[in-house]
Amino acid sequence: MKALTLIFIEILQAIVVIALAPAFAGWVDVLKCWTQGRTSAGVMQPYRNIAKLFVKDVVIADNASWIFRFTPYLVFGSAVVVGSVVPIISMNLFLAPSADIIVVIAIFATARFFMALAGMDIGTAFGGMGASREMMVASLTEPAILMAIFTVSLAGRSTSLLHIARAFASGALVLRPSIVFAGIAFVLVVIAETGRIPVDNPSTHLELTMIHEAMILEYSGRHLALIEWGAMIRFFLFVTLGIACFLPWGIAVTDNAGDIATSVFLMVIKLGIAGAVLVLIETGLAKMRLFRLTEFLGAAFLMATLGVIAFFILE
Amino acid sequence: MILLGLIITPFVAALILAFIGDRRFAPAINIFCSFLTLMAAVALAIEVYNHGPIIAGGKFFFVDAFSVYLSVLTAFVSMTTAVFSRGYMQREREHGRVGHVRMRFYHAMFQMFMFAMLLCLLTNNIGVLWISMELATLSTVLLVSLYRTPNAIEAAWKYFILCGVGIAQALFGTVLLYFAAEKVIGEGGEALLWTNLIGVSGSLEPTVLSLAFVFLVVGYGTKVGLVPLHNWLPDAHSEGPTPISAVLSGLLLNIALYALVRCKVLVDGSTHTHYAGNIMMGFGIVSIVVASFSILRQKDIKRMFSYSSIEHMGIATFAFGLGGSIATFGALLHMLMHSLTKSSIFFTVGHACQMHRTQEIARIKGLFKGDPFVGWSLILGAMAIAGMPPFGVFTSEFLILTATIKDVPLLAPFILIGLGVAFAGLLRKVQYMVSGDVASYFEPIKTARAPVVFHMALVLVLAFYIPDFLNKWFQAAVELLK
Amino acid sequence: MNLQVLAQVNSFLAALVLLTAFAMLSQRKINSLVTLFAWQGLFLSINTAVVGFVASKHHLYISSLLTLSIKVILLPYILHVLVVRLKIRKEVETIVNIPTTMLIGIALVIFSYHLTAPVREMSTLITRSTLAVALATVMIGLLMMITRKHAVTQIIGFLAMENGLFFAATSATYGMPLVVELGVALDVLIAAFIFGIFFFHISTTFDSLSVEQMESLREDN
Repeated sequence: MKALTLIFIEILQAIVVIALAPAFAGWVDVLKCWTQGRTSAGVMQPYRNIAKLFVKDVVIADNASWIFRFTPYLVFGSAVVVGSVVPIISMNLFLAPSADIIVVIAIFATARFFMALAGMDIGTAFGGMGASREMMVASLTEPAILMAIFTVSLAGRSTSLLHIARAFASGALVLRPSIVFAGIAFVLVVIAETGRIPVDNPSTHLELTMIHEAMILEYSGRHLALIEWGAMIRFFLFVTLGIACFLPWGIAVTDNAGDIATSVFLMVIKLGIAGAVLVLIETGLAKMRLFRLTEFLGAAFLMATLGVIAFFILE
Repeated sequence: MILLGLIITPFVAALILAFIGDRRFAPAINIFCSFLTLMAAVALAIEVYNHGPIIAGGKFFFVDAFSVYLSVLTAFVSMTTAVFSRGYMQREREHGRVGHVRMRFYHAMFQMFMFAMLLCLLTNNIGVLWISMELATLSTVLLVSLYRTPNAIEAAWKYFILCGVGIAQALFGTVLLYFAAEKVIGEGGEALLWTNLIGVSGSLEPTVLSLAFVFLVVGYGTKVGLVPLHNWLPDAHSEGPTPISAVLSGLLLNIALYALVRCKVLVDGSTHTHYAGNIMMGFGIVSIVVASFSILRQKDIKRMFSYSSIEHMGIATFAFGLGGSIATFGALLHMLMHSLTKSSIFFTVGHACQMHRTQEIARIKGLFKGDPFVGWSLILGAMAIAGMPPFGVFTSEFLILTATIKDVPLLAPFILIGLGVAFAGLLRKVQYMVSGDVASYFEPIKTARAPVVFHMALVLVLAFYIPDFLNKWFQAAVELLK
Repeated sequence: MNLQVLAQVNSFLAALVLLTAFAMLSQRKINSLVTLFAWQGLFLSINTAVVGFVASKHHLYISSLLTLSIKVILLPYILHVLVVRLKIRKEVETIVNIPTTMLIGIALVIFSYHLTAPVREMSTLITRSTLAVALATVMIGLLMMITRKHAVTQIIGFLAMENGLFFAATSATYGMPLVVELGVALDVLIAAFIFGIFFFHISTTFDSLSVEQMESLREDN
């Protein structure tokens, strides 16, 4: 019975993640439009985009290999897998014990690896360029994100997301410099990882400045839909991952339906706020030159390292 | 009372000289005030000689054999420098290198520098020791850049930055020292007083003091000009006015070494090992070897003698590090001899440079024919500083070498090589400058002979005969430092 | 407020001091550098007051005020005026690129942590853990002086070192005796006066404040 409930919550969370991710992306777009004084297309626009793409035909280049066809499913699947293990609405998930934070990062990295392969698969110039840029960004973000996560796991005494969230949620509210540093680093990394300004521009149509978009230029139809959807889930997950690590208060600890409802409600509020913060950062900054990225991500890495150091020195 | 007079005189003199500015009698006031300072120092020395160490001013001042000997030396050299600088600066003004404002500044800062150095020597508080050391740096920085040539500004900037960095390390060392002392003595100003610290040095935490000493040796070592922290020294000594080179080389380096040795005594008392001594010996040896080889490459006469200062400071540092009565005695004597000889050399060099209007070795020649007094004093000074027998530097170097051969024979060859190379380098270049025909651009000038003669005579006399009181002084200082 | 919270505030401020040190290391614009320096002084000043409160050492309040007036208000103001007066707008050039300096900075922090270990173990003060940060600030100031070619940046590095030393005194021993603190403050003021004069000399003699041109005094010439 117990196990059944857990599985039920698990499925519930997975559905919530898959369903809510486009809404979150839409929310961020809406906020962005507002801050820039434009009329928005509404929160539901990403759903319409996805739906539209699903009904379109898929066009695949003649020289595309199985990697090209396989990647969209992998990207989407990996996002869903991660979405079902991260404590988002409840800490009592069936799969939660397997949610080691390093594994989560590795799953994302796998998806990214295949994405880069697919980008190069067709052999067009933009695909290859996008792939190489993406890998450059990845090589800089991954150390930073691991450092940030190490700080958190040092404080939570575990690399399991569940334990970290529990340790934080149950502990007293304390002013920990290490967590603050790690938090800042995490925000910087999320910006880079999810391809937001100032690292990448998700809505760009100028090929020369593209990173993520350049890789998926050759995709169409349902493949593109899956990739876009996967990217949205990924964005959503990074934000929830941050919430689980740095602001876990309010995530349900019991299987109680009421608790879960509160948890969902709080989560929506937190996401709304997180989205607003991201938008503020995005509108406040101009996109960086590609070669300035090393400094941006270097700062993230520095912050994360300072977090680790502060943990040892000051706590 | 005498003590207060000694410390106040230069300070008041600085104010007076800043106030009256560049008048005809300003140099005379400068000399007179330096003379008063010297008298006060001598009176203080006599008192210390008769009654032993003095603690005064609510424990703020502390004078023992070590510091009073350096105070007299400081006051003496600054007085002779003041005498020398009267004519020298007058001519610099005629050559159009300095104006009214700068002359006012020069005189005021000269006395301020004396004040800072004397405060260093007389204070009992190692925090104040640090402050006055920094003050000594700051008061000379703008003197080094007095000529406002690009090179002078560069040299002064280097001096300011490098010594600032160095001295900051020393402050960190002082903080650590205070930390250790506070555990034993308790909080408050008492825990920084040297007289209190030396009493309890046995119970100070050795690990903290060892750490503190690393910072102190880097900090004060920068001011001593120990290799590899010496980069500022040749520049600052060569680009400033020559009287300032003379006091920087002859006095400031001594004061910095004094501070270092004071700290070493504390660290030794705590660690009961030869740790601090070993560090100082290491820096000393490196300084001797590097500086003596650098002498060979110099094209600027003042730079060359600055490197010679580094070499001699290396010898003194090494000897203090070696410890033991003979080496310490040798080091004290060496500080005295180097100070007298080097300042006298700088006086001579100043004259020679003014006669040729250049500091380039290649352009200075025929001094024997041009001005025999300058020629002879230059070659004799070079021989003295290189350690030739009839002069006092030979005596002190001989003592130090003897102690080295006895205690650490393996290091003796390095010192010998250093001394030999420096000897060859100095004499080869000086011999070129004194011999040959007079250059076409040579202009005879009126030289200030008294300071040079006085210094050289002292160096010569002290080589053969160390008066009883001086001997007793040194013995007392050796007892303190052993 | 209880001691626990104050201790946390103390270490948090220490972290902020360290952060400003790194921010200064990464900053290219001189104006922002001056602002960052003022921030560092502010954190330091608050921290000193907090420590003074925790340890009930009243002379620390004086030190705190001294820091506030000299390092937060006076020096940044002087520097700002100089920057405007000397029309310094160019970005600072670095000898070593910024990410590398950052990595060196991190290494220096770790180095300081190990260096101060004996002190930390012996100390019973609640501020003992911040000593490593203080030494790191000194080291980073030093690094900044070495890797920047501009006279103003070198001075800011120098002053940042001074900040670190002040911080070290506060965290290792609850501050040096007042006479020493005052003397050090006086020295900083004189130094400020001197570098002010220097900036004018350098900029009139060399046409800019870049220290790069100052390399005629070398051994290999």
